[in-house]
Amino acid sequence: MSDFAASTDPTSLTKQSNFSRIALRWLLYVLLGVFALYYLMPLFVMVTTSLKSLEEIRTGSLVSLPREITFDAWATAWSGACTGIQCEGLKPFFWNSIQLAVPAVILSTLFGALNGYVIAQWQFRGANLIFSLMLFGCFIPFQVVLLPMARVLGIMGLAGTIPGLIFVHVIYGIGFTTLFFRNYYVTVPHELVKAAKVDGAGFFRTFWSIFMPLSLPIIVVTVIWQFTQIWNDFLFGVSFSQAGTQPVTVALNNIVNSTTGVKEYNVDMAAAIIAALPTLFVYVVAGKYFIRGLTAGSVKG
Amino acid sequence: MSPILEVKNLVKNYGAVEILKNINVSIESGDFLVLVGPSGCGKSTLLNCIAGLEPITGGEIHIGGRNMTDVSPKDRDIAMVFQSYALYPTMTVAKNITFGMKVRGVDKMTQAAKLAEVAKQLQIEPLLNRRPGQLSGGQRQRVAMGRALVRDPKLFLFDEPLSNIDAKLRVEMRTEIKRLHHDLGASMVYVTHDQIEAMTLATKIVVLKGGVIQQIGTPAEIYNRPENLFVADFMGSPAMNLIPAKARKNGAGTKLEIARENEVPLIFTDTAGPDLPDDVILGLRPEDIAEAGFRAGQHVQTAECLVDIVEPAGADTFVVVRLGGKEVTARLHAETQAKPGKPLQFAFDLGKVSYFAPETGQRLN
Amino acid sequence: MSEWLERHVPKMVLAPSFIAILLFVYGFIVWTGWVSLTRSRLLPKYDIVGFIQYDRLFDSPRWDTAMNNLFIFGALFIVISMALGLLLAILLDQKVRTEGVLRTIYLYPMALSLIVTGTAWKWILNPGLGIESVIRGWGFESFRFDWLVNPDFAIYTVVIAGVWQASGFVMALFLAGLRSVDEEIIKAAQVDGIPTVRIYSAIIIPSMAPIFLSAFIVLAHLAIKSFDLVIALTGGGPGYATDLPATYMYALAFSRGDIGQAASSAMVMMMVVFAIVVPYLYSELRAKNV
Repeated sequence: MSDFAASTDPTSLTKQSNFSRIALRWLLYVLLGVFALYYLMPLFVMVTTSLKSLEEIRTGSLVSLPREITFDAWATAWSGACTGIQCEGLKPFFWNSIQLAVPAVILSTLFGALNGYVIAQWQFRGANLIFSLMLFGCFIPFQVVLLPMARVLGIMGLAGTIPGLIFVHVIYGIGFTTLFFRNYYVTVPHELVKAAKVDGAGFFRTFWSIFMPLSLPIIVVTVIWQFTQIWNDFLFGVSFSQAGTQPVTVALNNIVNSTTGVKEYNVDMAAAIIAALPTLFVYVVAGKYFIRGLTAGSVKG
Repeated sequence: MSPILEVKNLVKNYGAVEILKNINVSIESGDFLVLVGPSGCGKSTLLNCIAGLEPITGGEIHIGGRNMTDVSPKDRDIAMVFQSYALYPTMTVAKNITFGMKVRGVDKMTQAAKLAEVAKQLQIEPLLNRRPGQLSGGQRQRVAMGRALVRDPKLFLFDEPLSNIDAKLRVEMRTEIKRLHHDLGASMVYVTHDQIEAMTLATKIVVLKGGVIQQIGTPAEIYNRPENLFVADFMGSPAMNLIPAKARKNGAGTKLEIARENEVPLIFTDTAGPDLPDDVILGLRPEDIAEAGFRAGQHVQTAECLVDIVEPAGADTFVVVRLGGKEVTARLHAETQAKPGKPLQFAFDLGKVSYFAPETGQRLN
Repeated sequence: MSEWLERHVPKMVLAPSFIAILLFVYGFIVWTGWVSLTRSRLLPKYDIVGFIQYDRLFDSPRWDTAMNNLFIFGALFIVISMALGLLLAILLDQKVRTEGVLRTIYLYPMALSLIVTGTAWKWILNPGLGIESVIRGWGFESFRFDWLVNPDFAIYTVVIAGVWQASGFVMALFLAGLRSVDEEIIKAAQVDGIPTVRIYSAIIIPSMAPIFLSAFIVLAHLAIKSFDLVIALTGGGPGYATDLPATYMYALAFSRGDIGQAASSAMVMMMVVFAIVVPYLYSELRAKNV
């Protein structure tokens, strides 16, 4: 978009419009800066609070920098904070989340890729209907499946286990991953599959040799999206896990909302940052793919 | 020697829609068959059926004497070049060409040997390590042909391979395909909507419209003796003139009367005296209408017509007159003095005329 | 045999996912709907007795609060997020030099778990030690900002946190939409001498109607699913003041052991989502098939 404030009138008004142009520009940057502060403020507060001692928190101001930086809160958050009866900090739950997220992301991405490939390139009667049904499944509020899923997990012997959580996340992630891959594979010309057929390649060979190599961009988007969704999930975590198998979000909530003892705000903040680090890291490193994932499903419809 | 390709009573429906209706065509080894027709006529579908990429509803397809109707594309001994070339985007040119062999389990030495042979033949040796994205249109086409050649098939299938190239390159590539056909003596089935391509490349042409074969014949037959109005109009550029006329037997010959605006009707006499219905359509190609004195022949008749438009085209000048309510184009020599609005003496070679029935469009002679 | 296999492999590959969706989405919806028509308490019973659960639901003052909150929160959350997102997108669209950095800053909250967001804002809005005390420290002795513990205002804190999280995403959507408007139309308008504001209001924003719709759908969806945020920020309190249908459902399912109620509340949530999303999906899919 070009600079609208540029005037096309070469008369004496130029001086005046130049001034207003610069003024507007300044206003623009000020506004943008104010908003940036609004978004950064909570992060700033979290970090500074986590580095303060409880004394300082009580006597100092929310927005001030720590007078004395201490990492005690971090140590507590990681290995000593209480999440109910246990007081082992976030460490074991962080590991739970990793054990949960990695397989779930891999599996749901794999299924999404194959499904998207089928729907986009191997038209058969009913394929579009199936796709619509899967797509609609993305939109339901998960409250409506909590109860029956709890029963089914119990019947399968997976209640309160991490494999059980993996199962849940894969099932409910397939809708989105299929959408991503299908929208991507739809842009690949169908003649490629025909040429592969003439060359003798079947369904899987064509996928492996031709489609997989060109899928890197969408794989990145899907993995980032799925990882963020699964790592940040709370509802499934709190409904289908028990004391030892809870993911890090549930543990964080337990730490923050535990009613016993003194409220250690610095520990709370440190714990929150620890829980947020993986997805934040992914976002900072591969942010533009993340954005692409967010807008891919929506803008293109 | 059995034909290299036989299509017998082929029917293809897509749901309730009939796409191909009772197609019968066969070609001998070394033929260059062109399937030509307007968009939607079913020519690409027919090609895909021959390739086995589309299932057929009825009929049979025989390739190399064997019934291939239920055989998958990879076993039909065919190779195909697609409109967009369909080169595998993440593989090098070399890998693109050897992929089929790799899938079939051909050993590495043979793969390398065949690759080298084909690369030399098509002069794409310097391109072997590049990716399709780094090639020009013409180069991509040659790689696509290389991929086809390396299969050593009984039949080469081409699906409008020149449609995506600009006009100048198209002529070059057309010549290359023709040369390839000549050098290899291969059997080819070629789909195009461009009738010039059809005429220049084919040994045999199938004209299709609405899933029905309009005519099968050599380019000369199609050109000189079109079977119906559609073929007469579709093939040849500029198109054949189709002039409505009234026919009446007149002794041994037939009198043909062509109405003209604001003038006395034009009268021809066909001395061959064919049996014609009262209303008839006269087909004459522009090159069979010359300036009087520039065409001689037993059946040439002259008449004066009012010139409407003059279009100099370098080696010829096209002159348009109005006959029977239609615009009729004549191809005159370049130095003609024809002027718009002025009458001129024309010579009509009735020996080359085609007669068509107006309602059925069928050829009468 | 292998011909048959080749032809059916695509269907066979899609089948497991499809069957899973049929069972675990649609089948489960039916199960929950069924149970919502029974007298189930701690364990599900399968004898249908009619709509008594729904009667109990609509009679419950706690549910009333929850639904009220949903509408208040939903409306404010959606409207403010869209407005803020649009404003930011328009601002960022003005060829700003630090656009990349700013975009990253506006969007990063979306990468956070709602639990983290809730925890952070819970701290910031803490009556004794948060913003209230900061402003008081600056000299405004009588400044009060105890919304977090005030039953009448607590729901608005959820709005604040929610908008912080989601407006960046809306901005990204709108920015992409703004940029997809044909340059030539804008140039033609500029040549015609149309002022900037008018170009935005009369040409660009109307052409983005589908994106408004997409943003609305996503935000509405987020609002209805809001569970994590409330749990972390207020725990549903003070009392039930910030209850939402999602927290109501969870409480009744797992703390109260009243499966019938939980099921009926879940079904109502479903139907609200249905009413919004189905027309949208239908029109989208129809447009694509045309």
